[in-house]
Amino acid sequence: MNRDPGRNLHYVATKRRVREDKRFVTGQGKFVQDVVLPETKHAAVLPSPYPRARILSIDTTAAEALDGVHMVLTGEQLAVDCNPIRLGLKLPEVKWYPLAVEMTRYAGEWVAIVVAEDAYIAEDALELIEVDYEPLAAVVDPEQAFAETNFLVHPGHGSNVLYHGHFLWGDVDGDFAAADDSLTFRARWGRSSTVPIETFGALAHWDEGTEILDIWASIQMPNFVELLASTLGYPLNNIRLHQDVDVGGSYGVKRGIKQSVLVAYLSRKLRVPVRLIEDRLVNMAGGDAHGPDRIFDTDVAFTNDGIIKSLQIRALDDAGAYPGRAPFQLAKPISAIVGPYTINSVKYEAISVATNKTGQVPVRGFGQAPTNYMIEAAVDAVARHLGLDRLEVRRRNLIPSDAFPYQIPSGSNYDSGDYHMVLQKALDLADYDELVQRRDKARTEGRLAGIGIATCLEPGGGNNIFEYLMDPTAEITTFMEACEVKVDPQGKITGMMGTTTSGQGHETLFATILGEELEFDPDEIRIVHADSLSALPTRSPVASRMAIMLGGAATGAAGKIKDRALAIAAFNLAIALEDLEYSGGTISDRNDPSRKLTWAEICFISYRAYHKLPPGMEPGFHAQFVFQVPGGGQLPDAQNRVQIYPCFSFQAHIPYVEIDPGTGRVSVLDYAIAHDCGTVINPDIVRGMVIGGLAHGIGAALYEKFTYDNEGQFLSATFADYLMPSVHEIPDVRDVEHCTPSPLTSHGQKGSGEGGYLGAPAAIASAVNDALHPLGLSISELPMRMSKIEALINNGSK
Amino acid sequence: MSRRGISLTINGKAYQREVEPRLSLLDFLRDEMRFSGTHVGCEHGVCGACSILFDSVPIRACLMLAVQADGHDVTTVEGLCDEDGAPGLLQTAFQDAHGMQCGYCTPGMLISAQALLAQNNDPSLEDIKDAIGGNICRCTGYVQIIESIQLAARRLREAEQ
Repeated sequence: MNRDPGRNLHYVATKRRVREDKRFVTGQGKFVQDVVLPETKHAAVLPSPYPRARILSIDTTAAEALDGVHMVLTGEQLAVDCNPIRLGLKLPEVKWYPLAVEMTRYAGEWVAIVVAEDAYIAEDALELIEVDYEPLAAVVDPEQAFAETNFLVHPGHGSNVLYHGHFLWGDVDGDFAAADDSLTFRARWGRSSTVPIETFGALAHWDEGTEILDIWASIQMPNFVELLASTLGYPLNNIRLHQDVDVGGSYGVKRGIKQSVLVAYLSRKLRVPVRLIEDRLVNMAGGDAHGPDRIFDTDVAFTNDGIIKSLQIRALDDAGAYPGRAPFQLAKPISAIVGPYTINSVKYEAISVATNKTGQVPVRGFGQAPTNYMIEAAVDAVARHLGLDRLEVRRRNLIPSDAFPYQIPSGSNYDSGDYHMVLQKALDLADYDELVQRRDKARTEGRLAGIGIATCLEPGGGNNIFEYLMDPTAEITTFMEACEVKVDPQGKITGMMGTTTSGQGHETLFATILGEELEFDPDEIRIVHADSLSALPTRSPVASRMAIMLGGAATGAAGKIKDRALAIAAFNLAIALEDLEYSGGTISDRNDPSRKLTWAEICFISYRAYHKLPPGMEPGFHAQFVFQVPGGGQLPDAQNRVQIYPCFSFQAHIPYVEIDPGTGRVSVLDYAIAHDCGTVINPDIVRGMVIGGLAHGIGAALYEKFTYDNEGQFLSATFADYLMPSVHEIPDVRDVEHCTPSPLTSHGQKGSGEGGYLGAPAAIASAVNDALHPLGLSISELPMRMSKIEALINNGSK
Repeated sequence: MSRRGISLTINGKAYQREVEPRLSLLDFLRDEMRFSGTHVGCEHGVCGACSILFDSVPIRACLMLAVQADGHDVTTVEGLCDEDGAPGLLQTAFQDAHGMQCGYCTPGMLISAQALLAQNNDPSLEDIKDAIGGNICRCTGYVQIIESIQLAARRLREAEQ
């Protein structure tokens, strides 16, 4: 990109209001539940009470006879009319239908759906459905699922293993043999998720006249419409997804494909709009929105000085009953498999298994948060083993600032960074020496106190090549993003993006960059979300990518707008292009500024005066730009080395905790974080993302868990069981920025949506283990709920 | 089910409606009255997304029936706007300090903050945390929400001087 690092920025990196906020504070946000169509009918779903059962019969007679009920649908009927939902990996015998067919595979799986006049009647009708189940033993433990040959979640598949891959980058055996020492440890990341406050909802309306299915959904998902079309068996251009719906939080999980298939199918059957808004219990148990659930067994080779030479990682991930894109969450971490450290070689064994639990979907960081937790646990383990300071061990292993671009063993080139500087900024902000004194004083007073130290890399803007790493028939080498920019006859600017937004402030991002590039006040630029039939190619706001990708597309489109204005001016003023300059929409002669063409004149010519357009130029005034992932586009080499993500943000986290030895309760009393995501487009948005991700990470570290009992029964259907942090659990976070611009992006920006969540779990675990260290105890399983810590302290059991 | 007549005030305006006895106050406000700023989060009283002021006291609209609002005074997030519909002082402070991301918990947060500031225009950090302790936000980590309320309190004090 044509970034001029010395350029004076007017809007980018300046504190400005976030344009989306006005509609939210006044109650005017348009969430899917707020979309009202006449004659809409309401759906409710019947969950299975059993984790694994054969469906012997379903009697819907009484439900159908209830006043106000329009239809009751079961999986048997649906499977006749629909295809299974396409999975990320090619697993033809793992058939995923929106309603259970013949068998239920987790407690909470939907077995029937009712459509009625209102949601109250629909729920009444659910109670009248008679299902005869034959309960079967469930597969619950992932290690057992891996080894199991008799109890299979999908018998036709022949095993519970969805993916099993081996990767080797560098001379691992040689590095282990040459190293002074090595250690082995197990770390476990518990089953949690992002759990947005808005559940998933969808509203569909099939219009027989136009043969278009209109759908409004709280969606954040690449290829959503393609999946919907393939499941329903529709041509893609029969479906119009309305993307001007505000999404009430997602952080990866708002996938809702089965929900959307159901309302689409029912709307076409009944010829009325049908909506399904999950209630909370349905969402938690059967919304297919759980996150990674992962066991790491890691061997680390290192020198007596604490220099880490090599890693051997086995990751076993529990994808639940229907994997969707879950297995790919084992592949993304390949992009930063050594974290920010100069580790020489890595062996990586990745296993995804099916169990009788609700399905796993992408969660903030796409699998990187568990892996980063494991990497940081490895660094702490090495320090503890050698009796070295954790901070010093990190300093000895961090990639030095003069080494960029830095290639890691798995092929990623880290674009830029100054990890030592960012770590130092975090230490300064934490007042580290004082913090150590505070901890030590607390310890002398008999309290359990600990300081956490963790860093993390946040890959951003990926190209999706991780699919190929797991499935060499998936030759996908782009994950583009596009936009269109229109200048109207009044000279006003409208930017059209092609995705929904779920709190990331994309409208502000887009307007800020257009304003910067075209030199107009961003507040006067309109941003709209094109529906899926009108939108240019997009891959949705996932993977910390929109600042990089929509930012790149916006810069590209703005460049085309400027080029066009310059060409019109050159033609009309008879001045060579190189003698013209663009300033705030006016084009003038560098040598004689009185010779100029104003923005209004350029717009008039574009729309009205064809005779003043350069020969061959189309009338009108707009530009489209499709932005390819920087540095992407290649298949992996023979050693499976490849660039997956172009940009790498970096954070350092320093929390301080104290533990109540009686109850095991962890209080996070202080938290300093330094973050570097290159150029910040909007400071308030980035700060919110960083701190919000961090809070989410505290939840994953200490509280949040979807619990199943040994028989596979689901125990966390309410917010009172799942446990999310309130304001009382989140400390008064202090943050500081650092800026190492990316050389690959339009303004030096990188991703910022995930880093807080990638670093905080590792940092909190580090702090808790530091607090437990004087007792000779440690914990390596998240979440570290108080009951678990209390048992550890008072039973002394590891 | 036989409908029951209720009379109540919403955002300063009197209404009379016939409702089913089992209709929740939340669904009544959203679906019948179209005050869609009040949001559905958990429907079991934990998350606070449906918070409204009920006779000036913040409550969960998901845990009440519409018939229980008969004769009472309700304020939703829409009622915090100025008369012309522009954001009021508290809402403007949330804009200026970006006290939100996806906007879904925001109306509930505003209601809880409004109830606090109506009693106390100089709240301590602990006062603020107590006031919004029953409102879950998954986006922000609360820091910018607290700053928004502090900003609103400061502006309120300045306006009252």
